[in-house]
Order: sequence, then C-alpha cells, then structure tokens
Amino acid sequence: MKRRDFLHYAGMGLGAGLLAQLPLIGKAIPVDTPWYTIDTAKKKELADVALNAARSKGATYTDVRIGRYLNQFIITREEKVENVINTESYGIGIRVLANGCWGFASTDQMDKDSIARTAALAVSIAKENSRLITTPVELAPQKGYGEVSWKAPIEKNAFDVPLKEKADLLLSVSDAALKGGANYVGSFLFLVNEQKYFASSDGSYIDQDVHRIWPTFTVTKIDAATGKFVTRDALSAPRGMGYEYLMPRESDKIRGVTTLYRDRYDMLEDARQAATQATEKLKAKSVEPGKYDLILDPSHLWLTIHESVGHPTELDRVLGYEANFAGTSFLTLDKWESKKFQFGSPLVNIVADKTQPGSLGAVGYDDEGVATQKWDLIKDGVLVNYQAIRDQAHIIGLKQSQGCCYSQSWSDVQFQRMPNVSLQPGTAKLTPAEMIKNVEKGIFIVGNGSFSIDQQRYNFQFGGQLYYEIKNGEIVGMLNDVAYQSNTQEFWNSCKAIADQRDYRLGGSYFDGKGQPEQVSAVSHGSATARFNGVNVINTARKI
Amino acid sequence: MAILKKEEAKAVLEKVLAWSKADECEITLRGEEGGNIRYARNAVSTAGDIDNITLSVTSTFGRKSGTATINELNDDAYKRVVQRAEELAKLAPENPEYMPLRGPETFKESKMYVPATAAMTPDSRAEAVAKSIGVAKEANLEAAGFIENSTDFIAIMNSKGLFAYETDTSVVFTITTRNSAGTGSGFAARGYNDVSKLDTLEATRIAAQKANSSASAKAIEPGKYTVILEPVAATYMLENMFRGLDARNADEGRSFMSKPGGGNRLGEQLMDEKVSIYSDPFHPDLPASTWNREGFPLEKTMWIDKGVVKNLAYSQYWAKKQGVNPMPMPSNIIMDGGTASLDELIKSTEKGILVSRLWYIRLVDAQTLLLTGLTRDGTFYIENGEIKHPIKNFRFNESPVIMLNNVEALGKVERSVSIESYRSYLIPPMKIKDFTFTSLSDAV
Repeated sequence: MKRRDFLHYAGMGLGAGLLAQLPLIGKAIPVDTPWYTIDTAKKKELADVALNAARSKGATYTDVRIGRYLNQFIITREEKVENVINTESYGIGIRVLANGCWGFASTDQMDKDSIARTAALAVSIAKENSRLITTPVELAPQKGYGEVSWKAPIEKNAFDVPLKEKADLLLSVSDAALKGGANYVGSFLFLVNEQKYFASSDGSYIDQDVHRIWPTFTVTKIDAATGKFVTRDALSAPRGMGYEYLMPRESDKIRGVTTLYRDRYDMLEDARQAATQATEKLKAKSVEPGKYDLILDPSHLWLTIHESVGHPTELDRVLGYEANFAGTSFLTLDKWESKKFQFGSPLVNIVADKTQPGSLGAVGYDDEGVATQKWDLIKDGVLVNYQAIRDQAHIIGLKQSQGCCYSQSWSDVQFQRMPNVSLQPGTAKLTPAEMIKNVEKGIFIVGNGSFSIDQQRYNFQFGGQLYYEIKNGEIVGMLNDVAYQSNTQEFWNSCKAIADQRDYRLGGSYFDGKGQPEQVSAVSHGSATARFNGVNVINTARKI
Repeated sequence: MAILKKEEAKAVLEKVLAWSKADECEITLRGEEGGNIRYARNAVSTAGDIDNITLSVTSTFGRKSGTATINELNDDAYKRVVQRAEELAKLAPENPEYMPLRGPETFKESKMYVPATAAMTPDSRAEAVAKSIGVAKEANLEAAGFIENSTDFIAIMNSKGLFAYETDTSVVFTITTRNSAGTGSGFAARGYNDVSKLDTLEATRIAAQKANSSASAKAIEPGKYTVILEPVAATYMLENMFRGLDARNADEGRSFMSKPGGGNRLGEQLMDEKVSIYSDPFHPDLPASTWNREGFPLEKTMWIDKGVVKNLAYSQYWAKKQGVNPMPMPSNIIMDGGTASLDELIKSTEKGILVSRLWYIRLVDAQTLLLTGLTRDGTFYIENGEIKHPIKNFRFNESPVIMLNNVEALGKVERSVSIESYRSYLIPPMKIKDFTFTSLSDAV
C-alpha cells in the first residue's frame, strides 16, 4: 500500500478500507501465537544451500536474505475494536551478480531443492539481463564478518504483551477523547518485528532482530451548526522500540502550550489533550497570510527534514535511477564536488545515522551485510556527502558502502534507502521557550500535517497539527488554515536558531515509498526545536 | 499455475468450505502472475517476476469473525486454514457492525481479461523496453521507465451459497525522458487491459517531444490562470475526489460531501453542469469488476449528473442504519467529455497554461478537499490560441470541487492512468478558469 492510501484511511477513521489496502505480505497467524524466532543454525544451513547453488551456476557474488516478518495491527473506532490482525511472512530472497549484472529471485518454499532452484533462477535472470546493461556493476569491497548478530535494544517485546491489554489501551484512548468532547476517534497500534538473516559469499552470516512500534490516533471535532470540522492527530512517533514506548514517564514529557514527548509516550494524556485542542482549533483564528518567523517543533520538523534533506541526498536519485518515480535531486554531484554549496546556514549540521538506538532505521548491518555507521551530510551548512550502497560507493569516491541498503521483505530486491537523517541540536544552551521570547511575529507549529515537494526537492509546502501565533515574544492563541511554502536552500539558510540537546526528539515514518514496484521503508528524523526566519505562510481556507 | 480457471477455483473453494463449522464462512481465492522491468539512464536496472496464490477464510460465530490466510493448495492446508480462522473468530471481539453474508446471485461476465496480455513474457517486456530506450537515445535523451503486466483471478464462495469468479489482465507503462543538461523533462503513462493497445514507441516519442519542448522554461508570476489539464494531470487531481464518494463519512460530518448543518450533499448542485461522472463496469474502453466482495452486482451508476450529486456509496451496515438501499463503491470511474481535441482547446484559449502532468498531490483540507501539488514534465504558456513557450513549474493549491465549478470546456475522453495508484480512468482534457498557482518551483 502506498503511504498516501494509508494516510487517507487513517484520516477517515481506519475502517475496513484500510485493512483491504494494507501490505499484508504473508499469512495471517493466530493472534495469541507465542513470539518465537527461527534457529540460527537452521538458517545458516539454508543460506549455504543458496550460496553454493548460485556459485555453481556462475555467480561471482551472492547474498541471501532469510526473513521472518511479523506484523500486528490493532484498530479501534470509537468504542469498537474494528480488527486485530497478525501476519507472518517467511521466505528467502537471493541476489547474485553474474556477467556483471544483478539478478534476483525469491521463494517461500523453504526446502533445500526449492532454494537451490531459486538461486539458479537468480543467476539465469542476471545472465539474461546482462544483455541490456551498459556498464557492469562495480561493487565496493566488503569484508566478511563471520557469524554475528544484532538485536534492537528493546525493554519489553510488544508481541509478548497480551492482546487484551493493547486493545484496552486503545479503547481507553477512545473513551478519553470522546469524554473530552471529540465526535469521533480512530486509533491504531501497529507492531513490526523483522527477524532477518543475511549471508553472503563474502563470508558474513548475520542474524538480526528488529522491532518497531507505532501507536497513533485521529480525533475529529465537528461544529454541527456550521458543518465545520477539524482533526487532531496523535503527537506520537513511530519508533524502533518495544512496548516501553507506551509506558509514560514524567521525565520524558515536555510541558508547554501542549505536552510533547521524548522517548516515552502517554497516549491517554495526548488523547485528552487532542479533544480539548480540537475544540479550540475549531474556533481558532484563520491565519493572515504573509511572512512569519516559524518555530518548528521536532514533532513537525522531522517531515520537513525527511522531504527536503533526506530525499535529495539519496545518491540513486542524484544519479537518475528514480527519475521515473520518486524523482531526481537538485543536489547534483557538481554541488558536492565544489565543497562549498551552502545548503543551509552555518548552524545547520545534518547527519545520516543507521546506529541511533530507538530509531526506525537502526540496525547492526544493512541488507547487503555492511556494518552500519554515522556520517555528515551537511556540515556547517555545506553539502558534504550523500547516502550510498555498495554498487554506488565508487561514484562518490568511497572505498566502502555507507550501509544504506534495505528491502521491505525477503521477496523484494534490496536497494538504496534513506538512513535516519537528523538535524543536530544547537551547541549553545537554548530552550524553545527562550527562542520564542525573541520572536516578534511568528508561528509555533506542532505535529505533521499535509506535505508536498517537487521532484527535485526545491519547492515544498507543509502543514501541521497545531499552530500557535507568536506576538512580541508571547504565544497569544491558536491559528488555523496554516501552511508554509519555501525553497529548500532558502529555507535551511533562514535557520537562525536551534534549541540544545535537551529538546532533541525523534519523529519518523513507517511508509517512506520509493522504487518500482514500490517498496516502503521506516525511517526516523531527529531534531530539536528550530527557528526559521521570514517564511511564506499561506491561508488554506476555501469555500465550496 | 497461479491462475486457476473458474471450475478449478470452484472445486478448491468447495473443498475448503466442507471443513467449516462456523455460523457463516466466506472464502476468497486469488492468484496473480506477471512481471516487470525497470530501467534508468537508458539501461535496465531491475527486473522481477510475480507468481502467487492466496487462500483466505473468514469464519464467523455470532458477530465474532476471524480471518486466516494461506498460500498452499492441498487438502491438509484447507483443513488448517479453516481451523485457524475458527480459532481466531472465537478469540476476536464482537463486531457490532457485522452484516450477514449474502446468498447466491448471478453476475454478468466482466471483459477485463485479454489473452494477449496474459501471454506476455520477459522477452516481450524486454522488447517493449528496448523500443522505448531506442527512441530516447535517438532523441539524445535519457530514459527512465517501468513496465509491469499482471494477470489476476479472484473467486469467492460463502456458506450461504454465493459463488463468483473473475479474471483480469493489465499492463502499465510509464516513461520519463530528460535531456543531459537537466533543463527539459517529459513523461507519458499508459495503462490497458489489452497489451496490443500499448505502443511504448509512441508513448516515448510523446515524452521525448515534451522533454525537448520544455527545455529553457521562463518564469511567470504565480496567480490564478486559465489552465488546460491533459488527461493524465486531470486524472491524478480528480482521483482524490473519487475516493470521497462515501455516504458514511459525509453523514458523519467529516467529508466535503457533508452538508453544513447535518446530512450529506445528495441532490445538491455541487459542480458545473458540464460535469457528469459515472461508473460502468461494462464500458468497452474501461472494463471493470461486475461484482464486489460483499456479493453485490455492479451496474452502471451515475455519481455526478450535470453537476448534481446523484449517488454516494453506502456499505450494507450504513445503509441499514440510514434506512436506505446499499450502494456499492464503483469499480471504475468515467467522466463525460466533449468533442474538442486538445489542440482545439488550446486554440480556443486567449491566455492560459497547458499542464502536461501533476505531481505529489496531497490533501491540505478535508473540508473543502483543498489539494496541493506541482506541475511537472512540460508546462507551457498559451497566448492567442498558440503555445508560446515553456514555463517554469508551479505549485498549486486548488480543490477539485472548486475546479469542477470553473469548467470552461471539456475535450474528448481518453483512457488515462493515475500516476500514483496506476488505476485507469476515462477522463477528458479540461479547460478550467481561475486555477490557483501559489508559488514557483525550480524543479525540472
């Protein structure tokens, strides 16, 4: 399913339509099946079958991904549990290089004969397609790691929490929102566990256990007399965490005009707040269009980072491989080569990071067996690097891949995907409240809303969940109908303040879409609250 | 092996149903086979094949349902999948909105299956791609494209005696061509049931012509302009509206189809009277499913008639609650057009903008269906009935509802494909006044 379909249904109260569209690759499994993993020795044995079969057919390189992917969805609408779905998908994907060309094949038939046949098929596809390539694949060297493993550092496996406890939490969220005056509330909890085993002809055998959790809701408030309606979405973030994310902790709350959350989320409190704020939003003043200084909360800024920094620094886009779908990039190689392309103001430092604990992109090794790392994309405002994988590394003069390879399942071929891309907090001590004190005419934006950006990532428009008007250093009330438009380079050069480490938080997406056929990927973006001066704000109210 | 014939599918479903002990049981069997090729920088980058079959069983006790799915077809698997669905149903919470299954029904046959498309091979895909790359190289452009074909079947059977089967084929082709300086870009998209209608050479020529003619675009001020939307642009814009033809959201007060003060906009003149939108699964140029998963036959249905909202979709549950007849969601969408060609629309325009394609459209406000997005791959300034020069791309903020109130003229209907969902529609090119562009984009 495409991200937008998901958002569409999420906005509409998560009905049966959503379920019909979910990318449920695999088999539904009973809801109370105990959580387990598959024996590593067994996976190694199967992987070796594939490696040997591919080599004997003429592959010069082979990697094998044995994946067991578990999803659990719990969906509620007002006082009803609409559905509970568990899915499991288990199979093997084999990628080979033969005659200098990639070939890929996959199967869910996990007997040795089927695996050997699939490996042979991958080699024959590579050989066939090698007629249609212009230059052979050049793979950056990668040492084998032997037998290694990585586990997400979770405290409580969400798949082990009884279903009833999870469903009851969502029903309490409905109750809190409805009691708070909401007309409708749809909630869901979406759990992911990727049990990934990677083996390659380089001599790596890597076993990984990845966990993700996303609790969220949409509250709708309607003014019956005028027919006007507004929504307020949860201020949670999808995270690479266990159920501990849903165990509130006072020290993880940031109190202000609205409560914001660091590494623990209080879903009930947020639902109560959402109902009150939706009522307030319904009566809020419609924004006067013009230039404003924007104070962007991390719950909002993550999506702007994702679209305007994450995507244009993807090397496959820069090179034209995504031209027919996701688009190309304005960050062309000459800008990088010049070493002086001023992407943002000198305050702007943006890193790519596949190691950050609790983030959606964190793994020990990527899907082509490269140990993950952290590197600068934008240093003191200047473009210094991209995101690359093994067959692209040589293009930007790297001797090693940056470990950005990912596939959404064993049945899809891996390719370059965005690592976590995050704005580094300011080095000088600064809180969002102190930042707001210096703003004469501004808007403080919380939560992500509508989003759109051009195919080369210059011109964008973003909305949010909550908009607070700032006048002479004070928040004076809520606004509505706000969206801001800017140009990526202009916007990041207008960044005039970034709060310090204490305010740093992660946002993110489960559904970053790219490729044809499209694959989704989950990615986090961290930042502290940041200030952007003189940004163009439009009024989005219309009449039909 | 993934595509079963009607009698084969029926035999499988009967075997599965025989294991059911639930109050109600519904079984769905679907299969898909096909393949794709992706290319960029005038060379193939990836290729894949798809071949899968899924058997899905929903068992219900009272109002408690469970669904289990399996991808094996043998007697042991049939028994296991039914048992799993029944175990799940017993564990599941009650669904107060559960509606009983429907009984036997006769459905007319759909025309979605075309043997020539089902017979496509890796070779025929490669040949189609080679033609496209050839055109791009000849025009000194870089091509990036994607071709994907699939053959599907679906069969359902339930414990009330309902059985339905259908099969379809589709092929979708999209092509982007760019010049080496990065100053010009063109695009074309095609989607058919019948591959014999697909001409990748012709589509790539159009993309190439757009790429070359869009180079060196000039900037003009954003604002309100008369626009001519080519079908591929109009389709993407309107698809967002077609999703909203649902009565429940409207009645609940949270849709552009909600009436201020309560209820929905059925019977209201919501758009210009030149606008008529309907669905017809039997239309020869856009064959579609003739039944839906709830077991209702789908017939020709008017949704917007001369600008008046004629129908909204009612699920069985919502229809019962509102005391009306259920109205299934449409399986295709057709908008009436006029007789003018695209060239004639351009000739009739004193000042305006020709939009070849729209991009990254997202909802800004559900209340008014305000959308934002950008033009892409060929935007041209029209003066005194002629294309004067290419212009830089714009961001727009516009509602399709407002847009369809500002229709000046509609051209000849074409089969057009949405660049986001890859669904096909029959949509005319349209001339719209006062279309709102809000900023310039440097993107090519």
